Amino acid sequence: MPLDVAAPVGRVTKGETLVDQMRAGLDAPICLTWELTYACNLACVHCLSSSGRRDPRELSTHECFAVVDQLRDMQVFYVNIGGGEPMLRRDFFDVVEYATTNQVGVKFSTNGTYLDPAAARRLAALDYLDVQISLDGATAEVNDAVRGDGSFRAAIAAMDHLAGAGVGPFKISLVVTRHNVDQLDGYVALADRYGAQLRVTRLRPSGRGVGSWHDLHPTQAQQRQLYRWLLDRPNVLTGDSFFHLSALGDPLPGLNLCGAGRVVCLIDPVGDVYACPFVIHDEFRAGSVRDDGGFAAVWRRSELFSSLREPDSPGACASCGSYDSCQGGCMAAKFFVGLDLSDPDPECVHDHAAPLLAAVAPGSTPQSSPDHSRRAAAGVPVTLRRSGTAVRSR
Amino acid sequence: MDLQQRYRLHPQVALRPEPFGALAYHFGNRRLSFLRSPEILAVVEGLDDATSVAAALEAAEIDAGRWAAFERALATLEESEMIIAVAGESGCAA
Ligand code: SF4
Ligand code: SF4
Repeated sequence: MPLDVAAPVGRVTKGETLVDQMRAGLDAPICLTWELTYACNLACVHCLSSSGRRDPRELSTHECFAVVDQLRDMQVFYVNIGGGEPMLRRDFFDVVEYATTNQVGVKFSTNGTYLDPAAARRLAALDYLDVQISLDGATAEVNDAVRGDGSFRAAIAAMDHLAGAGVGPFKISLVVTRHNVDQLDGYVALADRYGAQLRVTRLRPSGRGVGSWHDLHPTQAQQRQLYRWLLDRPNVLTGDSFFHLSALGDPLPGLNLCGAGRVVCLIDPVGDVYACPFVIHDEFRAGSVRDDGGFAAVWRRSELFSSLREPDSPGACASCGSYDSCQGGCMAAKFFVGLDLSDPDPECVHDHAAPLLAAVAPGSTPQSSPDHSRRAAAGVPVTLRRSGTAVRSR
Repeated sequence: MDLQQRYRLHPQVALRPEPFGALAYHFGNRRLSFLRSPEILAVVEGLDDATSVAAALEAAEIDAGRWAAFERALATLEESEMIIAVAGESGCAA
């Protein structure tokens, strides 16, 4: 789940484990993602929210402030602000400043395009704000194949501006793919040049990733390589997203559980609340911040979240010796490739999902809804370019 | 950890009660910790008003036999700067 935590402090009483307690849900989320807009200047082939065009129903500034008020009252310590490209909202700084002055810290993700020296100085002046730049490769060639021409250059320029403004340590975040997994050491070197903290997360077949996942997700050999790389580097943040790799041996640091609707959720730009940022689909929509009682009522009382807090059944993973560490993997990944939620993860390291995946009827997989891709991109098969060769995704 | 030392919650730390105890978040170093029982929460909340760690443990009615476990938990919290020793003051005035 998308959560980076310090180690839990010693348990002083016996009984339920922390993981059991997390499973039953918390009074408020720990890890809340809030996407401020579906507008984006880029069109990354794996965008989890199929962003591109702004949605006319997006929350007004006033409604955003009301969301912050509720988060403050619920003691949500921080929100992960993203999009789309959040800086495309004209009131971006107003919302961020309102949050950070109301005891709601902000960790915000950007592609960096609009992070000019003036914006960097404004960010540097804010307490309780962390910046994260998305960059999906250590070189322009690998990054731009996924994020679009010029996006590497724009991200590097943004990092220069952040460093120049003295923002302090920021994060750079990479989604691991088949094409950048061999660049991880180069990526460390890039981060070190800026004193930046590294975050690497898992690619899920969500949003436009529905179309590109089959060509982008790491191979089994690469998953094993990644697992060893992560075990050797406990300081690299992962948002706890690779827990399915814990089935390979010693568990990776973290809680190793799917936090959807339990400790994690998403507020989308129009105020809809989903179980996790990677399941923007009607089936995982719990309600809206515009409903009576707002976000707090959705979090505490929605039918969907109550059912997600029920104990999991191991389903098809019941006979697997690795279930304790892997928990059957990621719900979003299963859903969007057309597997049952009680099936093994599509990237099950023991290959138990392969026969099930082969049996999924073509065209029967759920499409991400809503889709805000710009019209030119919507509905057109995603084309990945690498080293001059065009690869058609399915 | 010196049980006679006076400690307090770091001023940038917020506690959020949860069914299992509480979450502690440090707005400065951005670390999140889990206080995994209502009792440890009571001890931590009592630090500000207590003249020493020992006094806070007593105020929370923790059996002396279990102090070692609480001391370990408090030491972990000190490591992540959730709680800090109050300089120059000690519970022992002698
Ligand atoms: S659905 Fe997947 S991405 Fe979402 S919280 Fe669960 S494991 Fe994490
Ligand atoms: S069978 Fe299920 S529990 Fe076992 S490794 Fe695969 S996904 Fe994980």
